[in-house]
Amino acid sequence: MATTSTTVPGAGPRASSRSFLSRLRDGDEIARLLTFLFAATVVLITATLVYQLWVDSVLPRHKFGWKFLVTEVWDPVFDQFGALPFIFGTVVTSAVALLIAVPLGIGAAIFLAELAPRRVSDALTFFIDLLAAVPSVIYGLLGVFILVPLMREVIQPFLRATLGFLPIFSGPGYGVSFLTAGIVLAVMVIPFIISVSREVLMSVPRDVREAALALGATRWESTWKVVVPFARPGIFGSIFLALARALGETMAVTMVIGNTPKIAASLFAPGYSIAAVIANEFTEATGDLYLQSLVELGLVLFLLTFILNGLARLLILLTERRGSGAYA
Amino acid sequence: MTARLRFRKLVSAVMLSLTGVCAFVAVSVLFFILGYLAFHGGRSLNWDFFTKLPTPVGEAGGGMANAIVGSAKLLLLASLVGVPIGFFGGIYLAEFGRRGAGFVVRYAADLLNGVPSIVIGIFAYALLVLPLKHFSTMAGAFALGVMMIPITLRSTEEFLRSVPRSLREGAMALGASKWRTIVTVIVPAAYRGILTAILLALARVAGETAPLLFTAFNNRFWSPGWRQPTASLPVMIFTYAVAPYDDWHRQAWAAGLVLLGLVLVVNIIARLVLARGISVPRA
Amino acid sequence: MNATAKQPISMNISALPGATTREMLADQPMRMTISKLNFWYGPKQTLFDVTLGFAANHITAMIGPSGCGKSTLLRTLNRMYEAVSNARLEGEIQLDGQSILTQDVTQLRRRVGMVFQRPNPFPKSIFDNVAYGPRINGHNQPLAEVVESSLRRAALWEEVKDQLHKSAYELSGGQQQRLCIARALAVEPEVLLLDEPCSALDPISTAKIEELLVQLKELCTIVTVTHNMQQAARVSDFTAFLLTGVMVEYNPTPQLFTTPSDPRTEAYITGRFG
Repeated sequence: MATTSTTVPGAGPRASSRSFLSRLRDGDEIARLLTFLFAATVVLITATLVYQLWVDSVLPRHKFGWKFLVTEVWDPVFDQFGALPFIFGTVVTSAVALLIAVPLGIGAAIFLAELAPRRVSDALTFFIDLLAAVPSVIYGLLGVFILVPLMREVIQPFLRATLGFLPIFSGPGYGVSFLTAGIVLAVMVIPFIISVSREVLMSVPRDVREAALALGATRWESTWKVVVPFARPGIFGSIFLALARALGETMAVTMVIGNTPKIAASLFAPGYSIAAVIANEFTEATGDLYLQSLVELGLVLFLLTFILNGLARLLILLTERRGSGAYA
Repeated sequence: MTARLRFRKLVSAVMLSLTGVCAFVAVSVLFFILGYLAFHGGRSLNWDFFTKLPTPVGEAGGGMANAIVGSAKLLLLASLVGVPIGFFGGIYLAEFGRRGAGFVVRYAADLLNGVPSIVIGIFAYALLVLPLKHFSTMAGAFALGVMMIPITLRSTEEFLRSVPRSLREGAMALGASKWRTIVTVIVPAAYRGILTAILLALARVAGETAPLLFTAFNNRFWSPGWRQPTASLPVMIFTYAVAPYDDWHRQAWAAGLVLLGLVLVVNIIARLVLARGISVPRA
Repeated sequence: MNATAKQPISMNISALPGATTREMLADQPMRMTISKLNFWYGPKQTLFDVTLGFAANHITAMIGPSGCGKSTLLRTLNRMYEAVSNARLEGEIQLDGQSILTQDVTQLRRRVGMVFQRPNPFPKSIFDNVAYGPRINGHNQPLAEVVESSLRRAALWEEVKDQLHKSAYELSGGQQQRLCIARALAVEPEVLLLDEPCSALDPISTAKIEELLVQLKELCTIVTVTHNMQQAARVSDFTAFLLTGVMVEYNPTPQLFTTPSDPRTEAYITGRFG
């Protein structure tokens, strides 16, 4: 072994760096600068967006403070603005959507990832990706003309007759309601739950499931007790992603929720959501306080989705780390 | 076989069948939507739809020619905003800014990607409608363009990175500088994937309604230039669907069919014909 | 080719291991020389005080077990190691008597061409692959001529002359590798580096490339890395044996394989390790 192995790394001249001037002549520095300007635009746009939401909602923030979030009154005539009915509507419709979409979506994802032969799974996933591409106004259109009459004539009377003793299924039904909006949202977010959950399930290492099968577990037991728990953080990530989409969804909800700023115990009652009220009233808002209250609703929506998306990404990342890290 | 084992096997079979039912239900929604729209929209679709302006309330007939042109103008201008920023920004992320500044850009893009489209509408309103004092094609296109940025950016980055290292080395060993390597070898190798991503981004914003409501607004007539409000297919569908006139509902179905057809065709072309990926065998 | 215009220099090789044939090596004009080269990837040193020279218009082979640093050494000669962010180098490397470490790297790579382990044609036509170097470097000869002569030198012309505008990916692996050689030759390098050029190829393609290398030394100085000792013995004029980053022996090929001067070399070529 050569004696110079004791040389301290870092003592010698720096090896790699080409002079700035030579890179400039080759155009590398120009290319870096040019592409950097475009990349910086992305940061600029995002920062401006947040800044605009903040400064354009200064009036209601000063006038109402935190009470904006818990006030039930939305009265443009008397300049009283509270976000509670909209937050309520947004949360309730999203909750209904998840209650329906999560079991269906995860079930379908299990089928696609664990059971279906690869080609069938790929073909079905292709259709589900197409489903995710259907514009929300189309869901709204079908909601208005198919689901609303169906709710009014069939589903709501049926639920009232069978489960009417529960407050959430009581009262008159007009078709447009929290429940209707929740169902439309469920249909819209199912594709997201399926495709993300399928990916995380497929990233579970093969030997995990083989180990369970080798111990005598049935196919379902190995899936439900071993594979799904392994992928659990990622599946939660897919649910949060779906939730973030449901919260921010505008058109389909606007078209079927009934647009009434009221808080009601019954899911049959018409309601309102944050995105829907912005869509409906923004162009009609007279007076700065009214308009800025709508912008503040936008800010609330932004923050909600921001937090959920952050959590979702973190969870999906954790699962994929687990899949590749533990068994690499 | 013990009773307990038989029970476990039964549970297994039942639950696994149920997951199949879930998948079947999810996929059948697509065919239901397609079938229903094809049926209702097909009945209402005629040549007038593509060539005539909307008629005043109460008068039957007419079409949505102005909305079709309006949507095309919006998408064209939106691409001019979204594609260069996303594409060149993506090159920066993949080739120059792997750390530091790159992290900030990536974070900003992910954040932007999660912003609800209605909030993007508020942003475009504050930036372009309020100062110029009227609704415009420009403002609507800006909102859609902003929505295209994160998708184009991250997929450009992803596809450039998936170009094998050996190609990069091959070009550099011939004396190509970094930017020449990018322009002559790396981007051409990744262009199919990038093109696919741009098409998918376009298809996605083509159906967006919420950010247009108070930016491009609506217009019953042709919209000259870029500084006037314009009609667009998604906004027309919304306006016509919630209006109380049967003839308008008929038109909404027709518009829905045209919009969905366009979006799905672009998606299928992008996913099947171009296929995602790079035009190089991976090592 | 402008290589003849430059005077190859001689080097002082008294420091070289393998004392018996110093005289023979010393007679050779050297195209490239390496002296006291130390190399690190991050904190890990991979080359230790390596000193050797590459004789003009000869083939020098570098052999050794995998991980011995032979590929790293090759990659210092056209500074390809700079693509790795935490690589660091000390020592001196000269091309025609001038340090390569201070000159412009793109200029250097035009003079020192490289062929890689796996064929890496660009996703372009056969013609455009060969024309790539002349195009980016600005060439005053007509492109078609350069492409034809390069393909002829790489012994590929007869096989592809009717399909120059087909994608390079339609060629077989061996043809692709010869295309990569043609692509490197098109910029008329003074030195051609080959990093295990046959390791991904079948025996027939390998034989073709070996034959080609022997012809090519008329045109340029060739340095090849191989883990295949028979190949080194067949094609090279000089062979350097590396072990764990140290140059153990450097001698004319027949001598290194028949009467190695270092016991470690003998152990390696007789198959006792590696």
